[in-house]
Amino acid sequence: MSISVNHISKHFGAFTALDNISLDIPEGELVALLGPSGCGKTTLLRIIAGLEQADQGDVFLKGDKVTDKPVKSRQIGFVFQHYALFRHMTVFDNVAFGLKVKPRRERLSNEVIAKKVHALLELVQLDWLHDRYPDQLSGGQRQRIALARALAVEPSVLLLDEPFGALDASVRKDLRQWLRNLHHDLNVTSIFVTHDQEEAMEVASQVVVLNHGRIEQQGAPGDIYDHPANAFVSRFIGQTNVFDLDEHDADWLQTAGLSTAQQKGKIAHVRPHDIVIEKSTAGTDTFVTLKDWQHLGSLIRIELVKSGANGQVASVYAEMPNDQFRRLQLNRGDKVELRIRHAHWFH
Amino acid sequence: MNTVSATSFLASKKLTLSDPDWVRYALIGLSLSIIGLFLILPLLTVLIEAFAKGWTAYSASLTHPDALAAMRLTLLVAVVTVPLTTMFGVSAAWAIARFDFRGKSLLITLIDLPFSVSPVIAGLVYVLIFGAQGWLGPWFSAHDIKIIFAVPGIILATLFVTFPFVARELIPLMQEIGHEEEEAALSLGASGWQTFFKVTMPNVKWGLLNGVLLCNARAMGEFGAVSVVSGHIRGLTNTLPLHVEVSYNEYDFVGSFAGASVLAALAVVTLVFKTVLEWKQNQELKATRQAVE
Repeated sequence: MSISVNHISKHFGAFTALDNISLDIPEGELVALLGPSGCGKTTLLRIIAGLEQADQGDVFLKGDKVTDKPVKSRQIGFVFQHYALFRHMTVFDNVAFGLKVKPRRERLSNEVIAKKVHALLELVQLDWLHDRYPDQLSGGQRQRIALARALAVEPSVLLLDEPFGALDASVRKDLRQWLRNLHHDLNVTSIFVTHDQEEAMEVASQVVVLNHGRIEQQGAPGDIYDHPANAFVSRFIGQTNVFDLDEHDADWLQTAGLSTAQQKGKIAHVRPHDIVIEKSTAGTDTFVTLKDWQHLGSLIRIELVKSGANGQVASVYAEMPNDQFRRLQLNRGDKVELRIRHAHWFH
Repeated sequence: MNTVSATSFLASKKLTLSDPDWVRYALIGLSLSIIGLFLILPLLTVLIEAFAKGWTAYSASLTHPDALAAMRLTLLVAVVTVPLTTMFGVSAAWAIARFDFRGKSLLITLIDLPFSVSPVIAGLVYVLIFGAQGWLGPWFSAHDIKIIFAVPGIILATLFVTFPFVARELIPLMQEIGHEEEEAALSLGASGWQTFFKVTMPNVKWGLLNGVLLCNARAMGEFGAVSVVSGHIRGLTNTLPLHVEVSYNEYDFVGSFAGASVLAALAVVTLVFKTVLEWKQNQELKATRQAVE
């Protein structure tokens, strides 16, 4: 295991940031710590880095216990949310910093350092900015310089705190792809923190979902999406419709083709793309009307209104490809029939 | 395009900020005449009085052994107190900006205490502690250590009044900058000292220099607190401000105003330094801004 944390707990006063967390991350993975704000993900990252001390538990990097080691001797690369570039140094000096502060007998000669720094700057495609100051860079450029600076010391693990949090949507999209490719080339075990599930799914090879200081689920993005371990993960990752059997949804679910006989819980979560819409043929009983729809690129997101037997009104969301929706030739207010292909059951 | 928008911007600015002419001229005139009356005129008087009996009398009174001793002592006090105050200021600012601890707001208030307390009281406190009848006085005199009416007392009193200068400058600055850059330095393998000298210091250097400058001016010019603990022993415990007073009381007007002119020159030098500092800081800011555009 490249990174292991064992039974880590951390409290801030009465607030429990991390509650007995254990986590193993194999060599070479790109892991997302995903969760809503306040779930403890940044705290966990800072504890792994040594920027914060856990109240209990141990941290292992490459098999070495580093719990009591200060951050400077943990051999980590840390990229801060707001980059934390040294504002009084040029881009070159920023990246060279980690190489220049080494004790004399480990320090490389100035020529070697310069060569290395330029190579790193080329890696992040910003060598032409080497004599600029951080104030003179855009957000995306700063982010990449921060990454180059962290990589300069050849860290055994790379830790990134909300790496795309402070960027414009378009820049973020490019950088995600870029980070994924970079990780593929360098293959250094990396953890990044994010609250954006889309980002986690897109970039990471492993996703760890955190909530209230606990790990809810760990797994590959596809696994987590297809097999959410509990209701929180199911709601947090992607869109989902929630049907509670206690609120008289059982009959309706049955008419929608979902067998409630083999139910494994009382609450059914249904992904929007697991709902099939058919135009209501005359004479059939249906309680669902089409309210509105939005274009999400290649998909259409359809907003339906379901009126229950006792007059309750609930929204149901479905998704389908553009052309399929066009073929249905539906208008606002049309009555439709639903078929549910798959549901996750929770208690 | 540009000029049009610029002029319309100016015009709108004028509209919102337009006071009648007489208000503007009255305010400007008032400020200038107050500065002239209370700052420039007295400074001129100092020079006129200092040179009232000619250059020879002026230079003679400045090279008088007592005057030289006073200047030496003033320099000594500054040389000892400024580094100590700087060290205190940096560590206090560090503690306040970096750590959360009980009594933090109390510490901030206490740092300001020398500003709010009359310097005479500061001197008196030291007399009560270290004086012959004070708490620790007998112990010190038994060990043949003189504090009150001697140089150590003067330094202590000056330390008291100059305590806040550096800390006051640095605390808001360091709080604003935050500590992410320092964490970054540590994560890159820098030691605590490397982080301090290569990251923290360059970020706060202008504020620090400014604080040191003000602290130095106060250390050299302090009168009240020093007056209480000094004992006014000519050639021994008179600092320059005290020398001015003593000479004046003895009707040695040339000597008194000559000393005062040195202090005034010091003030001017301080102001010049301060202006240069601000100018350099602005240049640095401008340089980075310009390159962005």
